[in-house]
Amino acid sequence: MTASAGSSEAASPADDRTVLEAELVVHRGGFTLDLALSVAAGEVVALLGPNGAGKTTALRALAGLVPLDRGWTRIGPDVAEDAEARIRTPPERRQVGVVFQDYLLFPHLSAQENVAFGLRARGVDRAEARGRADAALARFGLAEHAAKRPAALSGGQAQRVALARALVGEPRLLLLDEPLAALDAGTRIEVRADLRRRLAEFAGATVVVTHDAVDAFVLADRLVVVEDGRVVQGGTPSEVARRPVTAYVAQLVGLNLYRGVGAGGTVTLDGGGVLVGAHHDDGAVFVSFRPSSVTLHRRRPDSSARNAWPVTVEALERQGDTVRVALAGQPDVAADVTPLAVAELGLEPGTRVWAVLKATETEVYPA
Amino acid sequence: MTTRRQRVGGLPGVLVPFAVLAVLFLVLPVVGLVVRAPWRTIGTELTQPESLEALRLSLVCATLATLLCLVLGVPLAWVLARGDVPGRSLLRALVTVPLVLPPVVGGIALFTALGRRGIVGRWLDEWFGISLPFTTAAVVVAEAFVALPFLVIAVEGSLRAADQRLEEAAATLGAGRWYVLRRVTLPLVAPGLAAGTVLCWARALGEFGATITFAGTFPGTTRTMPVEVYLALQRDPSAAIALSLVLLVVSLVVLAGLRERWLGTSR
Repeated sequence: MTASAGSSEAASPADDRTVLEAELVVHRGGFTLDLALSVAAGEVVALLGPNGAGKTTALRALAGLVPLDRGWTRIGPDVAEDAEARIRTPPERRQVGVVFQDYLLFPHLSAQENVAFGLRARGVDRAEARGRADAALARFGLAEHAAKRPAALSGGQAQRVALARALVGEPRLLLLDEPLAALDAGTRIEVRADLRRRLAEFAGATVVVTHDAVDAFVLADRLVVVEDGRVVQGGTPSEVARRPVTAYVAQLVGLNLYRGVGAGGTVTLDGGGVLVGAHHDDGAVFVSFRPSSVTLHRRRPDSSARNAWPVTVEALERQGDTVRVALAGQPDVAADVTPLAVAELGLEPGTRVWAVLKATETEVYPA
Repeated sequence: MTTRRQRVGGLPGVLVPFAVLAVLFLVLPVVGLVVRAPWRTIGTELTQPESLEALRLSLVCATLATLLCLVLGVPLAWVLARGDVPGRSLLRALVTVPLVLPPVVGGIALFTALGRRGIVGRWLDEWFGISLPFTTAAVVVAEAFVALPFLVIAVEGSLRAADQRLEEAAATLGAGRWYVLRRVTLPLVAPGLAAGTVLCWARALGEFGATITFAGTFPGTTRTMPVEVYLALQRDPSAAIALSLVLLVVSLVVLAGLRERWLGTSR
């Protein structure tokens, strides 16, 4: 894994372990993708972002399925594409393995033939290709399914066949497009854990595209958050989770996030309201904290908590063992409380309560 | 009156008699053919040298015409389905003209193009000494002209339906264009290609109007089964029925084969 640069830096420093380096610019109608990416050998980078952010376009550009309008792609020692120099290696001659969103296994071929396909296409003779395909299927625990057509495989099995097919040619770069999106919630957890182990074994560079924060956090060593075709944040999952810089990421990781101006430990929020933070950062800052750090009270408490402000309940939503309460006030805030607290406080839309937050529960960091 | 169950979207009862009539209308002529066939003499009727000659010629010409349609039609279907050519919808409309054109008109049109005085035929005659009309080749050309749209439409449809992302997946696995075509695209469109080929062949086998106009009725070279049936009807109706029965059997075998081999397995 590469030592990642600061939280706003998407690319890690280029060294000889860097497998993928790319500067991707693709125009599509009114949309522009403009994204720099660098991935080291053995590293798993997740492109995380909402639908329509351009993640899949980036992946397709790396695979050579979409031409770059500007920029370049380097895979290993080869310049796979350079828009200015008009160099463009077609997908079939890039050392890239791709796992597509719904796997795109060839429906008319067996699992074994699907895995052997790339070897055969690259001129490996039939017997050897079959042998290597069988070995790959066995490694993925699919030996007894080798003769089955994709239609006869479960979602999890199909995903592993797709991964085996992408890896059997020993690519330098592995690209996965929403690898877990086609699975139902039950198998997803198991397949995700399995995929994580497989990716950890892979020696090349891996780029995973996903809009699911959990997938990204479990699978990736480093996140690159993409919104509207641009990188908005990069860093390790814990860095991004602790210090989100956009509403999208904050919501994704379930944090309250505010922008404001810090002065002497107090942050005046852009949207109104004042919060006292644990850290002292002056100037433009973000303040974030967990909804579970917020407590609700009937009356203004006389506790040591530094932050207390009146709010009105807007909505209640059950989330597993807790209830997410959306509250309007200065500022608006989300709180996670127990069902018992909801009953005791008689919370319902319109109820007026006090929100309380300890300064030590907040993260304050430069914007 | 019996009580009728009324379901939303159910069949309005008034349609049923018409549907029954339609089935009778389609089936009765076939039944008539079977009932009125000269079963006692059918063996001798069909083993007449002219009959066997006509059947052989029909099968050979229909097969050659189908091959010609495959060679020309698959690339055309490709261009229509995938090509980035200007005026594609106009092109598609032109391709379907033989479907709606009366076959006799098709025959006349072939004359004006490929006849000895035709706009292309004259050069064929002048430069190569080739004269197409009234030859077995003319039969093949006439059949192909009429049957080609069937193949093109079927193949174009299945090319459109085939998931092009599978071809992209193949490319990322290292497959060049020809390999993708051979191992991915063709297998994906195989059911449509097979259905189109059979339809094309059946249409070529039954071709009458354009054939008799462009190729004539010469025994052994251009007198195919449909032409033979037509001529037989003038001198010996029972022979015409016997020959028709043969064409019916061939058609039914083709239809049955089509259903079981391709429609049945594609689920």
